[in-house]
Amino acid sequence: MSFWVESLVILVVLSNLRVLGASRLSACIQTVAFQGALLGLLPVLANLDALTVRLLLQAGASTFLKAAVFPWLLGRALRQAGLQREVEPFVGFTASLAAGVLFLGAALWLGARLPQAGPEGLGRLVPTALFTIFVGLFVIVSRRQAVTQVLGYLILENGIYAFGMAFAEHQPLLVELGILLDVFMAVFVMGITLFHIHREFDHLDTDRLTALKD
Amino acid sequence: MIWALLGVPMVAGAAAFLIRPDGPRRLLLLAAALAHALLTAACWGGLPGPALGGYLELDAAGRLFLSLTSVLFLAAAVYAVGFLKSAGHTKEEEDAEGFLFDNAPEAVFTGCLLLFLGTMSLSALSQHFGLLWVGIEATTLVSAPLIHFHRQRRSLEATWKYLLICSVGIALALLGNFFLAVAARLHPDLLMTGRELAAHAAELDVTWLKAAFLLFLVGYGTKMGLAPLHTWLPDAHSEAPSVVSALLSGALLNCAFLALMRVNAVLCAAGLADFTGGLFMGFGLLSMAVAAAFIIGQTDFKRMLAYSSVEHMGVLAFGVGLGSAAPAALLHAVNHSLTKAMLFLTAGNLLAAARTKSVGEIRGLLRAVPFSGFLWLMGFLAITGSPPFGPFISELWILQGALSRHHGALAALYLALLGAVFVGMATIVLKMSHGEPSERLKAAPAEDDPWRLWPPALLAAAVLVLGLWVPRPLLNAVKEAAVVLGAR
Repeated sequence: MSFWVESLVILVVLSNLRVLGASRLSACIQTVAFQGALLGLLPVLANLDALTVRLLLQAGASTFLKAAVFPWLLGRALRQAGLQREVEPFVGFTASLAAGVLFLGAALWLGARLPQAGPEGLGRLVPTALFTIFVGLFVIVSRRQAVTQVLGYLILENGIYAFGMAFAEHQPLLVELGILLDVFMAVFVMGITLFHIHREFDHLDTDRLTALKD
Repeated sequence: MIWALLGVPMVAGAAAFLIRPDGPRRLLLLAAALAHALLTAACWGGLPGPALGGYLELDAAGRLFLSLTSVLFLAAAVYAVGFLKSAGHTKEEEDAEGFLFDNAPEAVFTGCLLLFLGTMSLSALSQHFGLLWVGIEATTLVSAPLIHFHRQRRSLEATWKYLLICSVGIALALLGNFFLAVAARLHPDLLMTGRELAAHAAELDVTWLKAAFLLFLVGYGTKMGLAPLHTWLPDAHSEAPSVVSALLSGALLNCAFLALMRVNAVLCAAGLADFTGGLFMGFGLLSMAVAAAFIIGQTDFKRMLAYSSVEHMGVLAFGVGLGSAAPAALLHAVNHSLTKAMLFLTAGNLLAAARTKSVGEIRGLLRAVPFSGFLWLMGFLAITGSPPFGPFISELWILQGALSRHHGALAALYLALLGAVFVGMATIVLKMSHGEPSERLKAAPAEDDPWRLWPPALLAAAVLVLGLWVPRPLLNAVKEAAVVLGAR
């Protein structure tokens, strides 16, 4: 694994920890965008000596969506919601970070037990991918704000994308673009729904969406 | 042919967003639904060839589910015209909280409805697992605005839960896709279709295959509504407009079921049928038990129907898990879809008459709204598996499958749970149907809108016919589909 790839992987790990520890929503959005950009660049840096048009196109589309379009959509939802700029976790920041460290340990442990079947160089991305998936799921369940849940979904998606990069390089272009389109639509529709939730309820607090139950 | 099946609803859907006058847009909806149904019918003459290098292909299983989707969509489109005429531009009163609300723009509703048909067709046509995932996730995204048609808090909450829970669930299925690719890493050039993978099943890595199946089961199981992953389902199905609920229950759940069956076919070919069968049976019976627990004493009649869908998804999973009963499960999917769509459309008519979903405020349906009251009662008998309706035949066939494989205890549990659901639903439906009309129903408008009465009536007739006589071509079709899906 080259120096650049190694550094990017470490930055992805750090970005996860920052999301767990940050208290301001805008900081979380920026960090997730940064993480998306890192993962978008990764396949380019890992294949610097064998670049293809297809690879550049794919990486470009992915980076553009994750680093520019998504933060813009979420930032807009946040601005419309006005004052709600805090993350408001169910689980405190220190406890979240401690959980993050546990996740990292679990991901390393699990990653070491999986067969290294990936292409040369990206095999060590697996623990990072697993860690990112864990953090995404944790953010979805441990944060109160609807915006943070969308962020959790994006982190989860980043993790799965990284896993795919580590193992399945032969994903056809059509499917790859289809997946990107779906994720874009997901964030777009979630953004619209956030707008409606804020207009209807004057808050984005999913803990208070409790009208429907048995 | 395949491109036409996808193109008609997609293009019509995109156009519906742009057409401003209501009349032509409703006509477009009907025309597209009819064209799709005719194209699907033409596929029964002979299966069209593959498209896109084998990524898209209509096989016997896809044709069965595509036909179901198409028939239900045609019924729903006719009903939607009547529904939009009455609900299009008026403010309505929220029944639970009593304030006024608007409806979403009709153009968005119609457009999303048509795109919903297009994405469901994509799910039925996809052979490639990646493309199948794209199709299933897309169904979630285009159907979310449909649930939020009534612009009110409860539907908004349901939409949010639906979006988030299903998107996260389906994201895990994407991870399952990658696991599947890892399992096939000895063949890096293998096309990731069910058929290719099944043909090379012996060379797949068993551990990764099992892990992939678990992720698919959680992912697509969430979408299909298997307990304990069903939590979004009662909310979304009860808060959506009834015509949307009919499509969600009758068509969408089947798409997720088909996706799971396609994965299952690969595992069966790899000799893991016992592993997947056990999981299917366990989740199936658990779903039936959870549904029974929530149906008994339910106070909202659309929620009751939603839990009944959870129950029937459990029946399907149980049937598939038995292996030899897979054709029975597929026949049950047909019966359940027709019956449940008919029940939801009827529920929509009841809701329009009584303006409440609360069971406690509805009495005397048979006198106040005789036509819908009769359909409601009949639908209840059909969905709980009473003779002489379609679901009775398929549920009996599944029971037979369980007994022939010497699962006596499981068969007894299956029967007991079906019985519990019957009792739970009977208490609710009989109370609603009989007696003097209650306050809410005294001022019920006359049932005079043919757009809203014919679709459930025709579906009911189909359910009755399927109970008296299963046509030979249908029987052959489910058997053929079961073979495609790798039944032993």
